[in-house]
Amino acid sequence: MHVVILGNGISGITAARFIRKLSDHQITVVSSETDHFFSRTALMYIYMGHLRFKDTQPYEPGFWEKNRIALKRAHVERLDAGVKTLHLSGGETLTYDKLLLTTGSKSNKFGWPGQDLKGVSGLYHYQDLENMEAYSAGLKRAVIVGGGLIGIEMAEMFHSRHIPVTFLVREKNYWDAILPLEESQMVSRHIRENGIDLRLSSELKEIVDDGNGRACAIITGAGERIECGYVGLTAGVSPNIAFLKDSGLETNRGILVDEYLQTNLPDVFAAGDCVELRQPQPGRRAIEAVWYTGRMMGETVAYNIVADTAANRPSSTPDVSGQAVPRQPYDPGIWFNSAKFLDIEYQVYGDIQAKAPENHVPIYWEHAEGRKSVRIVYDKNTSAVLGFNLMGVRYRHEVCDKWLREKTPVETVLQNLALANFDPEFYKTYEKDIIGIYNRQSGRNLTSRKRGKLDEVIQFLKGREVESRG
Amino acid sequence: MNAYNDTSLSIAQPHDLRLSAKVGLGMVGIGLLLITAAWFGAKLPAAPGLLAASLILLTAGTVIYARGLYLHLPEGIKNNGVWLRAISNKGAIAWLIGIVLTGFYVLLYWFPQYLGLGTKDVPSSGLVAFFDPLSKLLNGNPASQWFVYGTLYTVAILAMGYKFILKYRHSRYQVVRTISVMFFQTGFAFLIPELLERLNSGKPYFDKDLKNMWPLNYDFFFDWHLGNLLKGGGFGLFMLIFGVAMIFLISPILTYFYGKRWYCSWVCGCGGLAETAGDPFRQLSDKSLNAWKIERWLIHSVLVFVTLMTVAVIYSYLAQNDGKLWLSKDAFTWGTAAFFLVTGGLVFAFRKRFEGLKDQTAWLVGGVAVLIGGILLINTFSDAKHILFINSYDLRKVYGFLIGAAFSGVVGVGFYPLMGSRVWCRFGCPMAAILGLQQKFFSRFRITTNGGQCISCGNCSTYCEMGIDVRAYAQRGQNVVRASCVGCGICAAVCPRGVLKLENGALDLSSRTDETRTIRIGKEGVSLV
Repeated sequence: MHVVILGNGISGITAARFIRKLSDHQITVVSSETDHFFSRTALMYIYMGHLRFKDTQPYEPGFWEKNRIALKRAHVERLDAGVKTLHLSGGETLTYDKLLLTTGSKSNKFGWPGQDLKGVSGLYHYQDLENMEAYSAGLKRAVIVGGGLIGIEMAEMFHSRHIPVTFLVREKNYWDAILPLEESQMVSRHIRENGIDLRLSSELKEIVDDGNGRACAIITGAGERIECGYVGLTAGVSPNIAFLKDSGLETNRGILVDEYLQTNLPDVFAAGDCVELRQPQPGRRAIEAVWYTGRMMGETVAYNIVADTAANRPSSTPDVSGQAVPRQPYDPGIWFNSAKFLDIEYQVYGDIQAKAPENHVPIYWEHAEGRKSVRIVYDKNTSAVLGFNLMGVRYRHEVCDKWLREKTPVETVLQNLALANFDPEFYKTYEKDIIGIYNRQSGRNLTSRKRGKLDEVIQFLKGREVESRG
Repeated sequence: MNAYNDTSLSIAQPHDLRLSAKVGLGMVGIGLLLITAAWFGAKLPAAPGLLAASLILLTAGTVIYARGLYLHLPEGIKNNGVWLRAISNKGAIAWLIGIVLTGFYVLLYWFPQYLGLGTKDVPSSGLVAFFDPLSKLLNGNPASQWFVYGTLYTVAILAMGYKFILKYRHSRYQVVRTISVMFFQTGFAFLIPELLERLNSGKPYFDKDLKNMWPLNYDFFFDWHLGNLLKGGGFGLFMLIFGVAMIFLISPILTYFYGKRWYCSWVCGCGGLAETAGDPFRQLSDKSLNAWKIERWLIHSVLVFVTLMTVAVIYSYLAQNDGKLWLSKDAFTWGTAAFFLVTGGLVFAFRKRFEGLKDQTAWLVGGVAVLIGGILLINTFSDAKHILFINSYDLRKVYGFLIGAAFSGVVGVGFYPLMGSRVWCRFGCPMAAILGLQQKFFSRFRITTNGGQCISCGNCSTYCEMGIDVRAYAQRGQNVVRASCVGCGICAAVCPRGVLKLENGALDLSSRTDETRTIRIGKEGVSLV
């Protein structure tokens, strides 16, 4: 049984590791990007000098041989699913019994004039980083277009090298389609506090050619010309599936997969950024290009590839230890994500919406210095907690997850809020202030019941009943 | 592919020094120049003003430099350009500093005459004499090379500690911890012992640093030291009892509650220098599995070596004074043998309670057996002076040269800019080895990882001064429980996603190291494979 995995990002590598844990299948991982798996989210730290490229690789080179995972550096040009063959550039072919497509994303380009000039690039692949590095020497200014997570990373990267940055954001505030207004304003303030030229409500009209095929300036929607030697296009990403066009694979924006991450073609699976779920869970998007979902899909698809081994596809087949490997529907659980906006850490758990529906009631606390905030949202009708949005404050994933899964009443959450605090020792705690805001909003008189000691947390997570609302 | 493996050649300028930072550096330079001039101008008269000026220039210069470096920037992690600069990426300047530091330690340990140390008949000159005014002020005697070293060491921890505090000023854990190491170095290691020396001026010398415990302080049980402690009156006796209590009572209890960090990154002088002056080099520690293997063999070998040596030396001392002390050499031998037997037996009996112990049990029990065998051999074959057919004085000489001087000083600090700041603490310190065993098998301390939030970026592993691959644990949602972790908390500070937290808890002592991943892959959940 030969499993070929196309793409060595977090989804493909997680799948490879779990297939190895579950089976003795022959595994080959093909990538044209790099020899070894690296953390894509850490690319920025290489440019900023925090890490070397090798520091972003979670496994030592010997790991792959030890785990019998063959790595192949090659570019796949075409999939011929009928004869289970991949055509590689250079004429080589590779056959498979099972194929997993984890081809990731590519940076969006929306047809801007000049978008393919030299010195214009997104930030997704390792080669994008090399490109940034190549154009950084003597760079007088960089313009970044698109106010999402990659845009602010790129702004921070250039800023770390004292290269002036102009940051064009189409929205009224940074990332305000996702972040509620106060958090969005906080990040906007912080970007400016760092000396980055943030232009809100600004769009890109065109990128100007210097006559030699290289970008030399941009023109904004308002007609302003900004001289620059580099243009970062960071208006989101989309599935990287162009080469699969004529393979018979059903695609929409991404590769369409069912809940077992299977495509319409026999023995072809897909996971990570490149997939579009036929039936996403309620409240979730069909394409979620996030590190965490990529990792979860990689693990899930490994089970399904191994379980799918037998010819008649029973619900399970034995693994290396003789135990049955069950098929696993993909269940991403409660939404969570995180990021860091320059010096402000961001964590989110559950359902936090920029334009909150009518039944979402927020409890919003912000520190006087304006670099920390906590937002807890609950349901007006059921009083169940719906989500946590944290800026500059760390909360425990497991604790928030448990409260959200169990639809815990918001007052129970508030009284036990210290359990969620994950800030380092000696940090100031803000549970009292947050409870105080709720008390003023609701006329209640709740107090904090927990100190946030680890033993309390362990007790809570191991299932001891939470004290009911007081 | 390898374009980023050596970015020290980058032409980008990651740092534009502000004027105040340049002024600060200039002051440090003048301070160093004064000290160098005093060193080479052997005839220079002891000038209190000049000494004070150079020490003040060193400290104030670093303070001004640090303020110019950090205060105009928003609070937060300051690792921009770390791998792009020669000094923090083993470039030319790093080699130069490494060689100068290493050379200084060689002179300090083996050729102090070149620092100007005198003899009985000839008074000191040069660098040593330069420090006479301060030494006389504190302890009433002319300076020794160790006084010079202690003073410079303290100045380094204070000045670079201030810089560290500004660098990590957003983290109260880092600020509090650094104030602690500055306090313990200045008070417990430097001022109090010097002042006590003055108060006990008539009595023979013994170590007066309360926090300096065996086996880091490996000569605590040497015959001359034991003798001097016993001749040291009430205070000497107190230091003897306190020193023994530190080993068997105080340190195990504190390590149980807080992990070895209470010592290694809050109190210890070696740790204090590593955390302050060594901070710019923390990323240079080797993270490979191979280095981890070498670490485990080396540090535990040193522990066995120091234990055997100490037992032998105490035995020799008791044999020489047989009948004169309340403890006889035979009682000591059998007592020690019983102690190791019981300890080994307890470890073996309770091994199932401790995660990760099983594969190592054989080694532990074997190691204990070797110790006991060694002790019995001592008893059988040795006379007053000889153990295992080797002179106990030779044994301690070898230890003093190899471990006490070459490893802890020359390599430990001299190689900061090349191998990171914790070479000694990680590979050689027997104190760290003991506390590490306690931390691994019997402590409430661990670094908790925050569910599924890890993005495997590698900041935690890179900035771990002990070379622990923190990411390997964090990315599978496993607590970090490692013998070598000194609890400096930098992994938690540099993590961009808030994944790590240093915590103490008693409820799950036996399952601290379980994988607790929150990655769901099915309605009914899936057990780990």
